[in-house]
Amino acid sequence: MQSNIDLQGLRVAVTGGTSGLGMALVRQLTAPGACVAFVARTAANVERIADETGAHGIVGDVGKKEDTYSIALQVTASLGGLDVLINNASSLGPVPLALLADTECEELEVALAVNLVGAFRLTKALFGALAASARGGRGALVINISSDAAVNAYPGWGAYGTSKAALAHLTAIWDEEAKAHGIRLFALDPGDMDTPLHALALPDADPSTLKRPELSAAEIIEKMLDALQVRATLHAGANT
Amino acid sequence: MIAADRPDRRAARLLVLEADGTTRDLPGAGIKTLFGPGDLVVANDAATLPASLHGTHVPSDEAIEIRLAGWQSFPDPTRFLAIAFGAGDHGTRTEDRPPPPPLSPGDRLRLGPLNAVVERLLDHPRLLELRLPGNRAAVLAALAQHGRPIQYAHVREPLALWDVWTNIAAEPAAFEAPSAGFALDWRTLQVWRRRDVGFATLTHAAGVSSTGDPALDSRLPFDEPYRIPERTAAQVVRAKLRGSRIIAIGTSVVRALEAAANSDGGVRAGKGIATGRMARGTPLRVVDAIFTGVHQPGESHFELLRAFADDALLAKASTAFAACRYRAHEFGDSMLLNRQPPLLSREQNRGEGLETKALLEVCHDVGRIGGISCSARKEVGAMLQRTKFGI
Ligand SMILES: NC(=O)c1ccc[n+]([C@@H]2O[C@H](COP(=O)([O-])OP(=O)(O)OC[C@H]3O[C@@H](n4cnc5c(N)ncnc54)[C@H](OP(=O)(O)O)[C@@H]3O)[C@@H](O)[C@H]2O)c1
Repeated sequence: MQSNIDLQGLRVAVTGGTSGLGMALVRQLTAPGACVAFVARTAANVERIADETGAHGIVGDVGKKEDTYSIALQVTASLGGLDVLINNASSLGPVPLALLADTECEELEVALAVNLVGAFRLTKALFGALAASARGGRGALVINISSDAAVNAYPGWGAYGTSKAALAHLTAIWDEEAKAHGIRLFALDPGDMDTPLHALALPDADPSTLKRPELSAAEIIEKMLDALQVRATLHAGANT
Repeated sequence: MIAADRPDRRAARLLVLEADGTTRDLPGAGIKTLFGPGDLVVANDAATLPASLHGTHVPSDEAIEIRLAGWQSFPDPTRFLAIAFGAGDHGTRTEDRPPPPPLSPGDRLRLGPLNAVVERLLDHPRLLELRLPGNRAAVLAALAQHGRPIQYAHVREPLALWDVWTNIAAEPAAFEAPSAGFALDWRTLQVWRRRDVGFATLTHAAGVSSTGDPALDSRLPFDEPYRIPERTAAQVVRAKLRGSRIIAIGTSVVRALEAAANSDGGVRAGKGIATGRMARGTPLRVVDAIFTGVHQPGESHFELLRAFADDALLAKASTAFAACRYRAHEFGDSMLLNRQPPLLSREQNRGEGLETKALLEVCHDVGRIGGISCSARKEVGAMLQRTKFGI
């Protein structure tokens, strides 16, 4: 296990921080002293989680272009910069899940707008802050939450799976490009978790067969710290 | 000069003005190849606040526009120095804007979701201290929702935050964009890295560039907080030790670096406040060259350039700008001005013939810019006349 010291003062932004995996991340990051800002659309929920955790709550829709810089402004102003961005908010596309031939164009567009373009926009708006963190010798990471639906061709998961596959590829290319500026990006599949999103997609699933989002959050934080540690070591090496 | 009427960065031009008076007119992308191994480029990574807030002066029920113009205590978003305007918006030149309704301490202003309070009036009817009561999160959210970038009449369409954040924008600190940074993109930084050109940043809270009121304008810039990271300070010291050039991207970087200058040629890391104007005679202890926009005599930005070069050299820049139709203002074209060694200035007036030739070369490129060569040629003609007669 990582010691709490590693998280002290780390500046992290999480989209979709009021439910499921995102909420677990906000709780597990704030408890040991990370400075966290999170985003979700429903104001009452944002306020509740902000009050509970002390994290900085931001009401916004990552699928909307007009909200992107408003979110970026609030993230960077409240944290005084940014070390880690976790793009976690997600849209399922059509609910109930639909075959592609039954999917409306607009439903595909919504999934792409939130899961792909939204993550792209927010990352781009915050890229300057991340690069500043990297130059200062702190970490600079973007974690994009993906899914096994990005890899496997599950019937009924067309809009969602397509958006997540595109997100994974965007992440891989951007990681190659951003390395030079000290920013790393990776995509992580949290596994099948017992969350409202899962219940919406597969209402008949047996919750006892699903992972608790708290466990996935702990695993993601572990990977995040590993990546930051590698960077810190590399950085120290480069300076000597 | 043509006021840049829209944020079109692709067509940008770049004038290089050497200390010996020679000039080169390059496409904006020429910035990639301007610097050599060892040079250190320093940029301002401040993101820009949506600092223009429209609303109502509650006691009079009259329209008011507030432009946040300075921090009381950076980065506390609840207390600002501010400039007030009466009815109207950026479509009217600031010079022609009516004054705000008469203000008194304690007056409330309804600025969208913000309930602001006039804390204190300063010694000018437009200048005040403003408090935005509420917790930090709520104030930031309201600013993000209601605030608009400060903008001027030469850009008609309303600007969005993405128009005024540079690519490297990190923490919201500036009231107007540190606009020289618009010339930077990630490809350029990558090319510099490959060419062993150093790159470092600082954060400087660039303030408003113009208020439209001569008395207030003469007091610009207001005090501007800045922060220089340890690593940037270390890079500056190393560059100075090996005799490399320090290139500032924008006037705000010059102000911060020179405010933080040590007697030994390095800079102090950490926070500081850049105060007062830089002008002719202000010693430059750190910066060797400035990459900046096209500024006009009288602006505080132009005054700062006089610390780099004498008026004869700056006049050459102005002439070349006119000849090649450079666009002024924050989304316009740029120049790289190398600091003139103080003694060179007199020497250089003898090199007029050489300068004229360089100018002709510069203007040769005008045809390529397209559609404007005729009038540009006329200007060149007039300019050459002036040059010949040594005016
Ligand atoms: N659950 C699983 O089994 C599973 C499996 C693989 C991958 N994943 C991935 O894990 C991540 C988290 O999923 P979850 O199951 O925890 O979801 P969840 O419980 O439905 O939570 C989603 C969160 O995102 C917010 N959100 C949704 N759309 C948003 C938007 N457009 N803008 C801003 N915030 C938005 C929601 O709040 P508002 O509705 O108020 O905005 C909520 O806070 C997603 O990327 C998902 O694709 C989940």
